[in-house]
Amino acid sequence: MEILPIPAESFKVGFIGAGKMAESIARGVVASGVLPPNRIFTAVHSNLNRRDVFESFGVSVFSNSEDVVKESDVVIFSVKPQVVKKAVMELRSKLSKNKILVSVAAGIKLKDLQEWSGQDRFIRVMPNTPAAVGEAASVMSLGTGATEEDGEIVAKLFGAVGKILKADEKMFDAVTGLSGSGPAYIFLAIEALADGGVAAGLPRELALSLASQTVLGAATMVSKTGKHPGVLKDDVTSPGGTTIAGVHELEKGSFRATLMNAVVAAAKRSKELSQN
Amino acid sequence: MEILPIPAESFKVGFIGAGKMAESIARGVVASGVLPPNRISTAVHSNLNRRDVFESFGVSVFSNSEDVVKESDVVIFSVKPQVVKKAVTELRSKLSKNKILVSVAAGIKLADLQEWSGQDRFIRVMPNTPAAVGEAASVMSLGTGATEEDGAIVAKLFGAVGKILKADEKMFDAVTGLSGSGPAYIFLAIEALADGGVAAGLPRELALSLASQTVLGAATMVSKTGKHPGVLKDDVTSPGGTTIAGVHELEKGSFRATLMNAVVAAAKRSKELSQS
Repeated sequence: MEILPIPAESFKVGFIGAGKMAESIARGVVASGVLPPNRIFTAVHSNLNRRDVFESFGVSVFSNSEDVVKESDVVIFSVKPQVVKKAVMELRSKLSKNKILVSVAAGIKLKDLQEWSGQDRFIRVMPNTPAAVGEAASVMSLGTGATEEDGEIVAKLFGAVGKILKADEKMFDAVTGLSGSGPAYIFLAIEALADGGVAAGLPRELALSLASQTVLGAATMVSKTGKHPGVLKDDVTSPGGTTIAGVHELEKGSFRATLMNAVVAAAKRSKELSQN
Repeated sequence: MEILPIPAESFKVGFIGAGKMAESIARGVVASGVLPPNRISTAVHSNLNRRDVFESFGVSVFSNSEDVVKESDVVIFSVKPQVVKKAVTELRSKLSKNKILVSVAAGIKLADLQEWSGQDRFIRVMPNTPAAVGEAASVMSLGTGATEEDGAIVAKLFGAVGKILKADEKMFDAVTGLSGSGPAYIFLAIEALADGGVAAGLPRELALSLASQTVLGAATMVSKTGKHPGVLKDDVTSPGGTTIAGVHELEKGSFRATLMNAVVAAAKRSKELSQS
């Protein structure tokens, strides 16, 4: 039986699970013009706050998930990992080959999603927290029944909240260790930079503003110039200057090794959790 | 003798020194609509490349700096710190109270700028490298003869390339250690995150893209949510999860202390250099 491509200009998207990730994606998709809000749906069973939040920007809110599935060409499972299995299995009879199924649940494999749903037109996406501010780092992997065109539609949706890249599913533990958990490492770094500024004499508010903007600017330089970070570092370390003195302290403190350790440890923990 | 405010709707800006910082500010100011290019000028003595660069987006290029000063209401000294004294002293006779004078030279104090120029309507700004991609972290300090309105005009110009904050000049060594040198610390961090990703099994290109986007997203969250970085870290560290495992490695490696050391060392070096 042939898989029909979903209609590229009129497709509808539904979220199973009306939490923060669903909200971030829905807002991003509307704000960027990828979809008008009247083509986005979700279900809220009892939490009136969540209903209000989605309705406030024009998304339709049903009271049960079956209606969301019925209405949607793309069904995104955005419930917490602990309840994905139940959510997918309860909707099994309503799913079909004519819908693209997406999961954003951390650590939940395509093989299991396909088994629970009885469908193989699944795409797994690992987004991260900064989807909430439109700067996610997301990675997707296509299930056995998902086509390249399906991938492009999902890429459009996740492209509305940041960057979207493709990778083989076997890399997802490493992705979790880096982009999944990475924001926390940077929150620590920003706090430390601010503390350093305060130690050097700056008032807290100024130090924190400078710290977050400095990190943002540096990351933007790597992204936008496409230059190797080592080259960018060379470009700004003038002889005997302040910057190389700072860099020297980082090297003395094994700064880079410590960050590598964090990524590797988080990736290892991701693998352990997925084997439970 | 009363200081005349410069005409807010028609003022002209001139750059003494047609290097990368001048180019970044000029481009940002034009791109954001703060000034049309025909109200911006600079001087290029012999380097045809620099002439072409500025003319390519509509900035007027003279062959000598006196003409730039004559033409401008705001004169920005964007030459390298080693040649600022010469540049300012040579233009001394062409400067007047009717112009706002700005210096972006790292480590060069308002007292010296005022002495060399014979003028006190000076504003000192410490921008940083990401001005090149419109995400600078800049700090300014008003000289004795600069008014609040003068500050507001300079803030508009530097606001076109990123964030602009105010601080007392005595904090500028600390600012240098944090936002001045800070981008280099983040270039190292991005390289290390990418290396960690590669160690965990990712291909280099994917690892580097995820690393820079993750850093960018995290910094955007701190900036846009206004939440304390420690609170943001708490929000994303679920019990026994991957993120707290990564954070634990950072704490084991004294990650935060090392970053503080870098800021403090660079600030100290800045102070040493300014006393040379």
